Amino acid sequence: MAYTSQEILEGLAEIVAEETGLPTDAVAPEKSFTDDLDIDSLSMMTIVTHAEDKFDVRIPDDDVKNLTTVGDAVTYIEGAQA
Amino acid sequence: MSARATLRQAEPVRYSRIWSIAGERGSETVTNDDIAGPIDSSDEWIRQRTGIVTRRRATGDVDVLDLAEAAARKALDTAGLTGADVDAVILSTITYFHQTPSGAAILAERIGATPAAAYDISAACAGYAYGIGQADALVRSGAARHVLVIGAEKLSDVIDPTDRSISFLLGDGAGAAVVGPSDTPGIGPTVWGSDGAKAQAIRQTHSLAELANDPSLGMPTLRQDGPSVFKWASFQMAPIAAKAMAEAGVEPDDIQVFVPHQANMRIIDQMVKQLRLPETVVVGRDIVDTGNTSAASIPLATERLLAEGAARPGDLALQIGFGAGLVYAAQVVVLP
Repeated sequence: MAYTSQEILEGLAEIVAEETGLPTDAVAPEKSFTDDLDIDSLSMMTIVTHAEDKFDVRIPDDDVKNLTTVGDAVTYIEGAQA
Repeated sequence: MSARATLRQAEPVRYSRIWSIAGERGSETVTNDDIAGPIDSSDEWIRQRTGIVTRRRATGDVDVLDLAEAAARKALDTAGLTGADVDAVILSTITYFHQTPSGAAILAERIGATPAAAYDISAACAGYAYGIGQADALVRSGAARHVLVIGAEKLSDVIDPTDRSISFLLGDGAGAAVVGPSDTPGIGPTVWGSDGAKAQAIRQTHSLAELANDPSLGMPTLRQDGPSVFKWASFQMAPIAAKAMAEAGVEPDDIQVFVPHQANMRIIDQMVKQLRLPETVVVGRDIVDTGNTSAASIPLATERLLAEGAARPGDLALQIGFGAGLVYAAQVVVLP
């Protein structure tokens, strides 16, 4: 069963909150992972790994650098679902 | 025609254990401020990113075999042995710059272990755990009674001060262990492997052949894809460590000590989390002031825990090495 973009956003917010300690409502689509949420490249890999597990998708390392905002990640995960 | 003779094969020994562990660190302490300039970084960034406060590096007149010899002599002394008692010397290093002869053969001669079998292995940061796996097999098969395993690196020979990917992590040192027969089980099954599809994740800038064709390239230095290596090490190596416990027939609650390769504190912390180790488990965190010493990091971290009393003889230690190849090896051992 495919997740909706809203479900992906909510799930991603929980993962980011767990990794960073930020409140889930800070994880909005327009937020930049690095500039707004202060997530470095290693924390980003942790978030990506948990997102892969949660949404049953694969996000190749080379694609991670293109995920600038939370919205980019939601769109990517939505498209990567089988 | 006469009947063919029947061969005699070496008599196996039932158990092996680590008899001693010792280390030698580079004599110089290099701070983050010392190296931050050429990479446009800061003490704060390096600490946050790696957990490293200082790293130990050797002086120019010390080479990798000097470090290896110092560690090997201490390990033999601690085990109550001399070089003459050693049947095999296994040296893991990526910073001995001869294709042949091996560093192990020269090291064996230096410590009086001639005519012990001697060979180098190339397993980068997994080299010590690879070596312990081989030593365990050699001892239990009856091929050798006492095996000296050394992980030694002078990584300051392969750093580029302007490289932001790996050079600032690296330190110099050597760790050595004597493996011998035992009345009780002392080394669990080694879970090991490789993934050459990721050969470029940690790499040299160029080969020695390329250097020969273009001397302007200078000596090769190391590079890594940091985030990719972090992800692989943190999330794919934890299951390997868990498998080593399962194959040794122990649970996380049975482990007293966890010594992962000292690659980066962020990897160590993530592995501890993934493995769900009890808080009572003592974790090797020698990286804070030694840096990443590749094949030497596990024995250096272990000998330090023992020297400081944080770990005790007889403790069960889970150890895992992982690095360029990519390669990995893990096992549960009884500490000497």
